[in-house]
Amino acid sequence: MGSGKFGNRERAVAPQDGYGRMSDERTTKTISGMDSVNTTVLGADEIILNMGPQHPSTHGVLRVKLKLDGERVAGSECIIGYLHRGVEKIAEHRSYQQFAPYVDRMDYVAAVSNGLGYCEAVEKLLGTEAPPRARVVRTILTELQRIASHLLWLGTHALDIGALTPVFYCFREREEILKIFEKYCGARLTTHAFRIGGLQYETYDGFEEDTKRFCNDFAHKIDEYETLLTENRIWVGRTKGVGILNAADAIALGVTGPVLRASGVKWDLRRAQPYAAYDQYEFDIPTRETGDTYDRYVVRMEEMRQSRRICLQAVENIPTGPIMARIGKVLKPPPGEVYHSIEAPKGELGYYIVSDGTTQPYRVRVRPPSFINLQAFDKMAKGALIADVVAIIGTIDIVLGEVDR
Amino acid sequence: MQRLKARFGDAIREASLDRKQAIVLIAVEQLREISRYCRDEEKFDMLVDLTAVDWPKREKRFDVVLNLYSFAKNERLRLKAHAGETEPAPSVCEIWPAANWMERECYDMFGIVFEGHPDLKRILLPDEWQGHPLRKDYDILKQDTDWVRENLGIESGQ
Repeated sequence: MGSGKFGNRERAVAPQDGYGRMSDERTTKTISGMDSVNTTVLGADEIILNMGPQHPSTHGVLRVKLKLDGERVAGSECIIGYLHRGVEKIAEHRSYQQFAPYVDRMDYVAAVSNGLGYCEAVEKLLGTEAPPRARVVRTILTELQRIASHLLWLGTHALDIGALTPVFYCFREREEILKIFEKYCGARLTTHAFRIGGLQYETYDGFEEDTKRFCNDFAHKIDEYETLLTENRIWVGRTKGVGILNAADAIALGVTGPVLRASGVKWDLRRAQPYAAYDQYEFDIPTRETGDTYDRYVVRMEEMRQSRRICLQAVENIPTGPIMARIGKVLKPPPGEVYHSIEAPKGELGYYIVSDGTTQPYRVRVRPPSFINLQAFDKMAKGALIADVVAIIGTIDIVLGEVDR
Repeated sequence: MQRLKARFGDAIREASLDRKQAIVLIAVEQLREISRYCRDEEKFDMLVDLTAVDWPKREKRFDVVLNLYSFAKNERLRLKAHAGETEPAPSVCEIWPAANWMERECYDMFGIVFEGHPDLKRILLPDEWQGHPLRKDYDILKQDTDWVRENLGIESGQ
């Protein structure tokens, strides 16, 4: 770091016109020069600023190269891959069941959602389905995970912008959810809660009560966060009109999840193409119009309320019966391929699995929502103030474990 | 699918259903035209995913796979094209800007060159990385054994 192609301090080379004056060239050009080193050509008053990979508000090891014109962002480039572990390659060397715990380590703040997507994709590949009881328990745990993931986002996002209080409140409630996970499967973060074909564990005694108690308390807690932020002048000032992404751009860039809904597209996979047990429950899909940081905040707050609503409906009526489908110990899906996606807290999380009829997948492709949403960063940050870059990174809600895989 | 066939004829090599999901195998040269048609006429406005699969024994070893989604129809469509190791595949960046990073990842992992991509370079791996890890002939132990041989001067026991 600090030398070579992405050196920290690239010298501003101002292009000159025939009269020795600096020309008003504002776009970054890369010239393949001698020694095949690229030189960035900048306008006379532009500088390159590096943010990350070690930076508290990039939520991991994201490096953003910003081209600044004074305080304004004239262009940006995300440099990722610091956390790349080759998850897709690992999958080709594991059996279907052995790979399941690895997916928890992608979006490590929403491990349950990752597991649900993977298990359902393999089930689809096998042509089987989890029993009704397993599907409902999966739905409850996944919705709790969505709340936990959004709480983590809210706490850290507010912290980035300068509101110190919410993070403590958010972690307090998140702890309650993690306790439910711990009681259910023994793990808090990388849970590996589901198995291909259903569930490994029955729910523990008091699972329903714990979930209900959490949901009932949580209603007031969201109001509490909202009193801290929603009409807070500083919060509104720092988020309204910042990082605007309109619906057409969002769709063209493949953006999904709360970011897409805040831009005004009423689309949620739980409703559009239901999986698990979502077709049985009533819930609203919150949307907003402008697509700025404030809207995305409002959408996620409302989503937590809806998740709570789904949990309460589901926990009232968990069907009895088996929790595991009869699929056998050795999984050999017939040759072919399948794409299955779920609405993860960050957006559409898809698995494209190709089987060649053996016990190991021939190819597993993960369609990570964070990776694809992060691509919209450049569009959102252009023209913003440098201080808002932090708000924009936070509002996309990325997890670098998933971006880099 | 019938419409695609009527419009592009021989460029549509094969159309099939696998686990109730529509897959269309197309000629790689026509990838951009068919993509544009799918977006504009068939309303597949979102490129959900672009990836590749390596089949080293085949003459054209790569499958370039595009997963499309239509908001209007709530339908998915998978386009597939066979691409060889040396011939470039056309980039669909100008049709769906979302393809930018996905094609870079494909290039990074498989070494497929996308013609017309604005900035095709590695994305997840360092620029000086050798090889393309998701190819089937890329050995996962090789790096390990090479490192041990070079730095410790012994053969790795792995």
